[in-house]
Amino acid sequence: MSEMFIAKGDFPAIIERLMSRYRVYAPVKNGRHYEFAALKEAGAADLGFKNTRMSPKAIFYPQAERMFEYSLAKDDPEVNIVKETPKDFSPQVVLGIRPCDAKAFRLDDANFCSDKFKDPWWAQRRESTTLIGFACNSPSSTCFCTSVNTGPFDTTGLDAMLVDTGDGYALQVITEKGKNVLGILELKPAPAQVAGKVEELKASAEKSVATAFDPPAIAQQGTLDIFNAPIWDEIHFACLNCGTCTFMCPTCWCFDIQDEVQEGTKGDRLRLWDSCMFSLFTFHGSGHNPRSQKVQRVRQRFMHKLKYYQDKYGTGTACVGCGRCVQACPVNIDIRQVGRLMGSGCSCPA
Amino acid sequence: MQAYTEKIREAAKRLLAEKKVDGVIGFRKGTMPFMNEPFMAKTPEQADLLVWDGNCGINLANYLPKRTDKIAIVAKGCDSRNISIQILENQIKREQLHILGAPCKGMTDKRKIQDELDGKEILQAEEAGDKVKVSGRDFEKTFNRSEYLQENCAICIHRNPVISDEMLGEPVQEQQVERYEDIKQIEAMLPEEKRKHFDELIEPCIRCYACRSACPACYCPTCFVDESKPQWVGKTTDPTDTRTFHFLRAFHVAGRCSDCGACERSCPVGIKVREFTKKLEKEVKELYGYEAGMVQDLRPPLDVYRPDDPEPFL
Ligand code: SF4
Ligand code: SF4
Ligand code: SF4
Ligand code: SF4
Repeated sequence: MSEMFIAKGDFPAIIERLMSRYRVYAPVKNGRHYEFAALKEAGAADLGFKNTRMSPKAIFYPQAERMFEYSLAKDDPEVNIVKETPKDFSPQVVLGIRPCDAKAFRLDDANFCSDKFKDPWWAQRRESTTLIGFACNSPSSTCFCTSVNTGPFDTTGLDAMLVDTGDGYALQVITEKGKNVLGILELKPAPAQVAGKVEELKASAEKSVATAFDPPAIAQQGTLDIFNAPIWDEIHFACLNCGTCTFMCPTCWCFDIQDEVQEGTKGDRLRLWDSCMFSLFTFHGSGHNPRSQKVQRVRQRFMHKLKYYQDKYGTGTACVGCGRCVQACPVNIDIRQVGRLMGSGCSCPA
Repeated sequence: MQAYTEKIREAAKRLLAEKKVDGVIGFRKGTMPFMNEPFMAKTPEQADLLVWDGNCGINLANYLPKRTDKIAIVAKGCDSRNISIQILENQIKREQLHILGAPCKGMTDKRKIQDELDGKEILQAEEAGDKVKVSGRDFEKTFNRSEYLQENCAICIHRNPVISDEMLGEPVQEQQVERYEDIKQIEAMLPEEKRKHFDELIEPCIRCYACRSACPACYCPTCFVDESKPQWVGKTTDPTDTRTFHFLRAFHVAGRCSDCGACERSCPVGIKVREFTKKLEKEVKELYGYEAGMVQDLRPPLDVYRPDDPEPFL
């Protein structure tokens, strides 16, 4: 792991160099919130953010993706032949991604890019993308990354990581991919005192993240014990069953596939984000719905994230503690509190 | 308004102990500044968790449709109007309800307060009367709540509940305000300006349906966006699909919307969805002289037919 250094004044020029070779995504301020956007000019990148409103998952997994298309024109010799819609897999860099979000993509790989199954588009985009992270010097009060196996300086999912040291950015190169991309930049090695400063920032950042709940305590309990616990009645009451939490979440990966057809002309096969909060999500063709009740849907979201994923993969929760759902839920359903209840032997307080 | 907390708890304990109701729907203190969580107390002990302050902007009527038990519910002016609409529309029976009327001085808009803080994170918010003191790691600032109300609350003209079984406080003074300034500005636009305005308005929409799900008038067993046999509305975030969702929803709540603002408050990306619903509220008021839920047995104009209905748009 080599350390380099970029003075703040040089940063825009560095982004420009990257932009000359890659499509570069970076946090950009849009109204009240930040979002990851493909940069048109280097100056638009703004690292003065805590985190983006939406997770960056759409870079690999767009909310609505045209997967295939087909002609329905009777006189077209290729009528009814389904073809893959052309997609752009040119090399890209995501600059400024937070460690939790990068870790989230690792968790999502279990679904989209495992030894057994490969989603071709997710896999190709992952392959062509280099993640240059940005450590969190001052995590938000809603962050709980350290409770869920990651942290404000966790490099697990990253190819390189920037640390804001005040006058500049220390840059740690983590993978070969990171090394190749950053090689073009001819950066200077970090001055001697930088490594110590980074360690200090890391320690103080990690200390500032509160413990939210204890995933092993949830893992150790019987799945059905939590499933049948009385806690869900109280947890689910306020929930609106909107899609806010799942759409913002970097580890919510569920989708629906639909055909959009223009009679006699053409059709598109779309992949669309879906949400376990929606009753349509589990609505069968027969009319039966195994999760017809709100309480079942709310339970599903938390059980999947905090229990089933742990049970199935043994690599911790399917939540990286980014806190987006905590901040954005309109009725203040707080996964930290739910995690505590799930891990507490299921006795409801008050 | 915080004084209501004690009264709500007292009423809840009494009603639960006397078994007059099975649950009391109110709010409990949230885990975040400026947030409370809708909550149903089912035992006198749980009644002590109930709270009231300027962060109760979610419309509790949303939790009533199709309930079969006996419920006490805290209702602001707007909630009470939606409750009366729900009663008219057979979603809940009047005799199932014990309404605790909460004369209202408006709900705080946390986004407006956050805008004043230059991106600093609010860690605590303490409300006392009209003041709210917010603090974070290295700052503290006090705001006059009345200057930072949700937009719908700032122009609300029905702050007192229209139906109740007991009141939590004296009626508050109703405001004399021009409700439709923003709508008139849009009405004055050229068609292409309007189109641009609305396209920009809904551009950030992620189709999460929080606006719909928070709305006490949106209780259809299957919402039109969830119709699948056949499907009515496309599910992408293309402008056409998103527009269809917003326009249809707005029409569906025309004459039934109380402008409670729950939709706008709930939107995770801060879209002013009330621009749609308010336009229709204005139309219904101008054409039919009707305001949702104000008169107990008067059905919303768009679900009745009268031979003398005005029809200047035909
Ligand atoms: S938990 Fe919150 S954000 Fe998620 S569906 Fe329920 S109300 Fe919406
Ligand atoms: S569940 Fe919530 S806190 Fe966890 S990763 Fe998803 S959005 Fe972030
Ligand atoms: S449309 Fe919005 S303002 Fe109108 S009743 Fe529904 S939630 Fe309230
Ligand atoms: S709540 Fe906001 S983002 Fe969600 S569907 Fe409504 S307008 Fe769109």
